[in-house]
Amino acid sequence: MTLDAARPNSRSASDIVRDGDVELCRPWSRSILSHAGWSALAHASIAESWTLLAHWADTMQAHALFQNPKALTIVPVSTPVAAGRYPALSQALPGTVLYERMIHDLWGHVAEGGTDARPWLDHGHWPQSRPMAIRPEQDGTAEPPILSAADQQSAMLLPLGPLWGLVDEAAHLRLTLNGAVIEHAEALLGFTHKGTLTLMRGKSPRTAARFAARLSADATVAHSVAFAQATESASDVTAPPRAAALRIVMMEIERVAGHLDNLAEVARLAEAQLVWTRCGMLRENLLRTSDAAFGHRLMMDCVVPGGVAVDIAEGGAEAVLRALGAVASGLESIRRLHERPALSSILSGLGRAPAALTAALGVGGTVGRASGRAFDGRMVFSAGYGALSPRLAIRSEGDALARQHLRIFEIGESLRLVAAAFDALPDGPVSVVLPQVSGEGIACAESIRGDVWHWLRLDHGQIAAVFPRDPGWALWPLAERVLPNAQAADAALIRASLALPASGMDL
Amino acid sequence: MTATPRSEPVGAADPETTESLRARLEAAAQTRLGRSLAIRHVNTGSCNGCELEMRALSNVLYDLERFGLRFVASPRHADVLLVTGPLTRNLKMALEQAWDATPDPKWVVAVGDCAVDGGVFKGSYAVLGGTGLAIPVDLTIGGCPPPPARILAGLRSLLEANAT
Repeated sequence: MTLDAARPNSRSASDIVRDGDVELCRPWSRSILSHAGWSALAHASIAESWTLLAHWADTMQAHALFQNPKALTIVPVSTPVAAGRYPALSQALPGTVLYERMIHDLWGHVAEGGTDARPWLDHGHWPQSRPMAIRPEQDGTAEPPILSAADQQSAMLLPLGPLWGLVDEAAHLRLTLNGAVIEHAEALLGFTHKGTLTLMRGKSPRTAARFAARLSADATVAHSVAFAQATESASDVTAPPRAAALRIVMMEIERVAGHLDNLAEVARLAEAQLVWTRCGMLRENLLRTSDAAFGHRLMMDCVVPGGVAVDIAEGGAEAVLRALGAVASGLESIRRLHERPALSSILSGLGRAPAALTAALGVGGTVGRASGRAFDGRMVFSAGYGALSPRLAIRSEGDALARQHLRIFEIGESLRLVAAAFDALPDGPVSVVLPQVSGEGIACAESIRGDVWHWLRLDHGQIAAVFPRDPGWALWPLAERVLPNAQAADAALIRASLALPASGMDL
Repeated sequence: MTATPRSEPVGAADPETTESLRARLEAAAQTRLGRSLAIRHVNTGSCNGCELEMRALSNVLYDLERFGLRFVASPRHADVLLVTGPLTRNLKMALEQAWDATPDPKWVVAVGDCAVDGGVFKGSYAVLGGTGLAIPVDLTIGGCPPPPARILAGLRSLLEANAT
């Protein structure tokens, strides 16, 4: 049994990785581990505080992406799937359980020894099961997923969703209540599963970019940039300097707009009318400017593999800077409104995420940074930010108020980054033609919810396999652990504060 | 001591005047007062783009509510179902349940290219196509996503049509 090796041993994680055969993947090579090595790495990663960033599969192998925080490197590892099975990571790393359920639903690979084998994406409605496998099963016989039973007979269940809120994403959250207090929270997603990965497979990166841009609309630029850079790494080309600078401008505009939307949504639910009104107006003004400068309000499809789709319009830079100037002048009053008791007393202590938990689950973005995890994809892993030296703020409170204050800080920082990027905007072409080559690449972009990772393999210029990791994979397991002991009436506010997404991880 | 002051008794209101006013009110009520629609959003697999633009409709610049349009929490309170996203197989039942729960008369608006015909997700094993494959659609608003001004224009046309 391969699982016998799943006990911790004395070998370091780096040693285990070094034992594997190396597969060329840019910029971080991928190690192919034996089943024993794969399981040993899961345990060693805990002892050495490595963070699991993503877990996915293709038809032949299971893959995992780790970050070694001490060496500031990214470590992709894989293990072969033998007779439809690979050793589960979820016993050692509970945060991987949703990935294992997803891998089973899409490829049919069984995570041997996994802690939860229930379906996740496959609700029993597809015409075929394991659609990503070499041979999908044509009769969709999967049972619909079952939520775990309530602990006690008299418990009151509060099912929320999949259609939830006034205008929101589709996800199901089932709360078990004791009086007004939440005892247990369980999420079920997959409702918005669109089969995106099968649609991307076999296409050219340029065509598949339209799907990357539609994984999660408020992170459309971040997903597009991560996908484009992974493609460029795989093809061993670099986007022209002007395109790299414009990508940063677009990513930071997206961050300002997204954070404003989140501030507004939390304020609406907390009945802070003034914050809601001001943030909404500044955001709308910014989106109209994006439309004028880049041709789309959300800048969807503006970033393409090889560069950007079109250059910024004449006068676009000035218009963007004017809109951001308006944000800058409104930001201080928005920050002050968050210090008044009307809002701060509601948000203080709400939805507190402990530091150890966010670290163990690899939660990034403002949620991770508000709980003391000093990780931002822009600091090291995202291309082009080096010269701009983005500043990182972290807080330790881990509550909704700390998250709002960080969002306000990050808006201010993004304003500085856009101005700096425009100051040093190089002339020249905005895209290069991609060669029709084979290769493998990984790239990272920091979205409004945290680090987005794209991995892909090209076969003569066509996508052979691809996986986008949305921050939702870490945020939902966190939400299930943060909601217990909160008031049921606060569930919507906590959801908004964590900015829980659906579509990006529903694939 | 004098008698307590008292109002004089009067007979019934003039039936002819009442009848004529009633007729005028009935003629005007629908056009003057029927200018309000409650909207329930139904997400059938959207990427959140259409939601972002629909949420923008509530900001102070568009101020949806000044037209008598408002989002409601339940299809039972709705006159209009505003549907976004390519109809995923996993959400077909939710859409049908929302449709069944909405009282007659009701309107269905498909917002965004995905809700119109499945958009870029057409042909996926997980996607059926447009909203019209499950329930009858009255109005389609294309775009990926449609900007708020276009969604608002569609809703205002619906308001006019509803008032006459």
